[in-house]
Amino acid sequence: MPRLTDGSRFSFGADEFVFVELSDEMSLEQTLRVIAITDALRAASLVGVTDICPAHVSYMLRLDPTLMDPRDVIESLEEAHQCCGQSADLVIQSRLIEIPVFYNDPWTRETVMRFRDRHQSNDMNDLEYCASVNGFSDIQSFIEAHSGNPFIATFIGFMPGNAESYQLVPRKEQLQAPKYLRPRTDTPARALGHGGAFTTVYPVRGAGGFQLLGRAAVPVFDPESRLDDFGGKIVLPRAGDIFKYRPIEVEEYEAIRAEVEEGHYTYTMHETTFDLAAFQKDPPGYNAELLEVLR
Amino acid sequence: MITVEAPGLFSTVQDRGRPGYYAMGIPPSGALDLYAHDVANVLVGNRRDAATIECTFVGPTLTFDEFTVIAITGAAAEVYLEGMRVPMWMSQVVRANQTLEFRRLATGARSYIAVRGGIEVPSLMGSLSTYVASGLGGHHGRPLAAGDTLQVGAAVVPFSSPCGGVDVPDSDIPSYPSELEIRVVPGLCDYRLTPSALEDLYSTPYTVTTEANRTGYRLAGKPLEFKPRPAPFGAGDDPSNVVNLGYPVGSIQVPSGTELICLLRDAVTGGGYATVGTIISVDLDALAQAKSPDVVRFVPVSIDQAIAARADRESRVQRITQNVLR
Repeated sequence: MPRLTDGSRFSFGADEFVFVELSDEMSLEQTLRVIAITDALRAASLVGVTDICPAHVSYMLRLDPTLMDPRDVIESLEEAHQCCGQSADLVIQSRLIEIPVFYNDPWTRETVMRFRDRHQSNDMNDLEYCASVNGFSDIQSFIEAHSGNPFIATFIGFMPGNAESYQLVPRKEQLQAPKYLRPRTDTPARALGHGGAFTTVYPVRGAGGFQLLGRAAVPVFDPESRLDDFGGKIVLPRAGDIFKYRPIEVEEYEAIRAEVEEGHYTYTMHETTFDLAAFQKDPPGYNAELLEVLR
Repeated sequence: MITVEAPGLFSTVQDRGRPGYYAMGIPPSGALDLYAHDVANVLVGNRRDAATIECTFVGPTLTFDEFTVIAITGAAAEVYLEGMRVPMWMSQVVRANQTLEFRRLATGARSYIAVRGGIEVPSLMGSLSTYVASGLGGHHGRPLAAGDTLQVGAAVVPFSSPCGGVDVPDSDIPSYPSELEIRVVPGLCDYRLTPSALEDLYSTPYTVTTEANRTGYRLAGKPLEFKPRPAPFGAGDDPSNVVNLGYPVGSIQVPSGTELICLLRDAVTGGGYATVGTIISVDLDALAQAKSPDVVRFVPVSIDQAIAARADRESRVQRITQNVLR
């Protein structure tokens, strides 16, 4: 695979796609660089480029080859990579969004137990399994670790509304879990899933391979865009959004569901920025300050 | 208005697709066989971006409430209008209250029904295409069902006049063989495969399985081995795992090295398996006409060849359009 001068690999997905891989392992530095590079490419309004799709540590362009030869776009990529070189200095625009989650809810518990034949454990549910493999003695401590620090959306993809997010903690504190041995054929809509080092809220009911931890009370996908905070779009998350999962119990879950169904739920959401260098200097201090507005 | 008497196996409203939303996780959708879709529209004097009905294996039974002109292209099916056989790849006059019925499918997998004016459904993000997995676009985001009624639009080419008997030369009608060559531009993460696996990918046959739909086709054949490596942080333990990345439409992935998945126009836009090459856009048409147990051989080609094949398809459709309008 050929490389740009900064060492990023690039390759062509036949006549319509260009794929660029900055790294083969997850790192927040590279994610933020991907966001900065793809923002720069979007701002450049390249002729013939129809889609610019950031992922965790890679990105993709889709183009119309009758307007732009895929090979001619590499020069623009090279420029964007040059101007977005110093990832440590990066500050991105972001939104802090609170997602109320009913952890250990009855619906996902029921669902996961139907698929033990595809799972690493015969008797534990997904939450118990995640607590166990991450060295927690009970699920409550795992829930505290998962909900205590926020996550940043590092890849919007798979299906509309799906936002794979990475927790804002040092690498050694990352919660990790394998994906199912074989994917489930069923997942409740709005289930909170964790796979690898990533958490997501499943936008719709369907297949899935992440470990299920609970269920969000609020949607991330709405084909009718009924809630104001969707801003007329059918999906809520954007790359770079910061999600704070707030544990709730059944009464609050039902109350929020009713508000959502009636179409007047308002997300707890604040415009913010994310400063990687400041975060890396003092993760707990940075998060405490970031989350101050939610108190 | 068109009434759906019987929906067929899986019939959806599709146009040329919904570009521009891939980064939101929304694939382009659109007709899987764009050539057949385009030609069907051309034959009835429609704009090429008019919506057609894409039928899978078994087409629908439709009643038209007024005079119109239709054309059916793609997979060779036995189609009858009030008991009279309707030729494929030729425009056909339909009179008020006549019923069109699909029977046996001979070769191919997907037929396209164009109606003069195009199928009219609400436009979603610039397209009329149906994306069933998320229930978006098309006719209520789902395949057609018995009792549905469809409106006809006005997506016609100016000054074209509707008439029956407009056809295309035999040389412009694709055959849909059960053994096919599919051209692939090697690349993406194929550096992760062993050299012998790369050789196998382009030299051994793969069989289309029954898990083949608008999202993707699963192919069975010789397993492909990945180079062993320490799992990169965040990728997952299996050698075929990667830190989740974007999947091009047409990309080929090999979960656990055992089965090939080729993504089509309703692709999931990303995931955690290494991609090992991309089918050229023109040959997505051909793959979408394959069905289990057809046999696919992948042929490596350059980007120049991919672009030339695309230009060739375009000039064929242009030529057909000129002949029809003449």
